[in-house]
Amino acid sequence: MDILEFYKKALTIRFFEEKVDWLFSRGLLGGTTHLCIGQEATAVGVVGALRQDDYIVSTHRGHGHLIAKGADITKIFSELLGKREGYCKGRGGTQHLCVMELNFLGTNGITGGGLPIAAGAALSIKLSGEDRIAVCFFGEGASNQGTFHESLNMASIWNLPILFVCENNMYAMSTRFSDISKFDDVALRAASFGIPSVIIDGMDAGRVFENTKKIAEKIRQGGGPALIEAKTYRFCGHSKSDARLYRTREEEAAWKQKDPLPKMELKLLEVISQGEIEVIKRSIKASVDDAYEVAVAGEDPGVEEALEGAYAQREDLLPQGNI
Amino acid sequence: MPWTKIYSNKEEFEKAAAGSTLRGITYKEAILEATSRMLEQDKSVFVIGEGVDDAGGVFGTTKNLHLKFGKDRVMDSPLAENGITGIAIGAAISGMRPILVHMRVDFLPLTLDQIINHAAKWHYMFGGKLSVPLVVRAIIGRGWGSAAQHSQSLPSLFTNIPGLRVLMPATPYDAKGLLRAAVYDGNPVIIIEHRWLYDHMGHVPEDDYTVPIGKGIVRREGKDATVVGISYMAYEAMRAAEALSKEGIETEVIDPRTVKPLDMGLIIESVKKTGRLVIADTGWKECSVGAEIVARIMEESCGILKAPVVRVNLPETPTPASPALEKAYYPGVDHIISAVKKTIQK
Ligand SMILES: Cc1ncc(C[n+]2csc(CCOP(=O)(O)OP(=O)(O)O)c2C)c(N)n1
Repeated sequence: MDILEFYKKALTIRFFEEKVDWLFSRGLLGGTTHLCIGQEATAVGVVGALRQDDYIVSTHRGHGHLIAKGADITKIFSELLGKREGYCKGRGGTQHLCVMELNFLGTNGITGGGLPIAAGAALSIKLSGEDRIAVCFFGEGASNQGTFHESLNMASIWNLPILFVCENNMYAMSTRFSDISKFDDVALRAASFGIPSVIIDGMDAGRVFENTKKIAEKIRQGGGPALIEAKTYRFCGHSKSDARLYRTREEEAAWKQKDPLPKMELKLLEVISQGEIEVIKRSIKASVDDAYEVAVAGEDPGVEEALEGAYAQREDLLPQGNI
Repeated sequence: MPWTKIYSNKEEFEKAAAGSTLRGITYKEAILEATSRMLEQDKSVFVIGEGVDDAGGVFGTTKNLHLKFGKDRVMDSPLAENGITGIAIGAAISGMRPILVHMRVDFLPLTLDQIINHAAKWHYMFGGKLSVPLVVRAIIGRGWGSAAQHSQSLPSLFTNIPGLRVLMPATPYDAKGLLRAAVYDGNPVIIIEHRWLYDHMGHVPEDDYTVPIGKGIVRREGKDATVVGISYMAYEAMRAAEALSKEGIETEVIDPRTVKPLDMGLIIESVKKTGRLVIADTGWKECSVGAEIVARIMEESCGILKAPVVRVNLPETPTPASPALEKAYYPGVDHIISAVKKTIQK
């Protein structure tokens, strides 16, 4: 694991999300968005342990996963701004970001909707005999959806190459997990499908990386599905308008002590100086600001583009020899 | 073409086929053949669904395919309709061409999240970056005991959604050709089959062919009234037309074959000629395919009707179980005959 690279990715995510937050507060972005500030370690740790050709299926809180997978933040900004240059030509927005060239099969506005789709990508891999894996992020809230149980069961009976990653940040909107689940750990549920699981500190990128690396390799070698539950915390509200009345400021302060970024900086100080860290911070902050400026100067899609593309034109699919 | 013909019963087909070299097979055999050919030719095609490897093979439409192609490509699945749909979508966007089979249309409501929120939208909302070549087959039940939860038609759940296609083939020829067209269309396609069509026979070429999605067909020409007969109701419409002909009324019967997209051009052409329209559908009336046809005529050529449209649909109640009640429940040839007469008297 290249700690410097991880740190830069995590910082990019943090600054990107903070910029998005700022843009909302200034009314420069509309709709809603779900930020992953505080959860950067799960994104960089998991994705950093994967290969480029591994599939990722993400959630509504997916900017971090996408940035970790190597996306161009300018194109993400463009998409959030509804510009033609966006990854989905402005048709998707924050909850529908898909980047096929990175094998990133979408953020998703339907809680739990991505779970079976990730299992389907894993089924493709298995049927084609490839050694890739599919990784599905989901929140602890999604683990109460039927799709969670259906997908884990099918992944298990078909021995699919899939890693389920639960980012347990304790709250689904304002609902505390302990109010909607008899147990605090989602990982317990994996056992009923015969799926091995681990519970890890999701605020520690190194831990997340090492665990993912080990488990992903096992899956790649035909070991079947596994589940990682990363205990984490979102420092911000659920979405842009959330006064966070369902949790205490003390609880938040305690979790902020575990902020993944200072932890990474401590590690980095073993190899570079504080001054160098400051330079990196400034340069990443500047690159995020620049990316936004480039994106906002982009083109709005033409109105006719709203009406295009409900159907794929795939004349290429039909095999020869048809009468 | 001999295979555009529609035969109301087996005897009728055999009479027509006597002395000819054209091959006749049943509707269910046509589906089985199309599926088997695609499994043979294309490694990316696979079949998934509850009981697809059962000895009966979903009323014969997937029979023994698992023995020929293995259980990896003809996959029995757990009872988890929404989950299986998601799995099929995930496989479709990553290079496979799944054919997902449901024994009953009634199980489709459990899959609506994956179909409506995901499959239908992904091509558009991801800016055309991917397509979802997913085929979902589902079967309408009918007959004693099918009752409320095993008899529904439900195309309108899907015709309302941009991004989806909905096919309702009535003949063996169309069942084979439309299934192949669906698999290679590149979009999510729902095929609604009627259980009562499964033993109907018709001419079906052994070669591979596709029937174009969005093209209806005139099953019988006539000048006095147009009857659009959807799925099984195309047969009831043919019977009605024969009976009416004896009374000197010549009915044109149109089988739209696909209900999204609808071949409105064909229907409008016919109504321009006859001025009278009856729509016979396998489902309920409100917000139905028939409602769409009427609305489109109003929008596109409202002057062509000489009389109010009459629709033949299920009554606005769930389907009863008792055979006595069921008999009263389902409309058929007699309803179509009176509907045609009603439009002509006006
Ligand atoms: C099917 C569905 N139900 C409800 C919502 C509204 N919603 C959006 S995010 C969310 C909470 C999800 O919680 P969790 O899965 O734990 O993820 P987190 O937000 O904590 O990252 C809810 C209820 C939705 N988007 N989709």
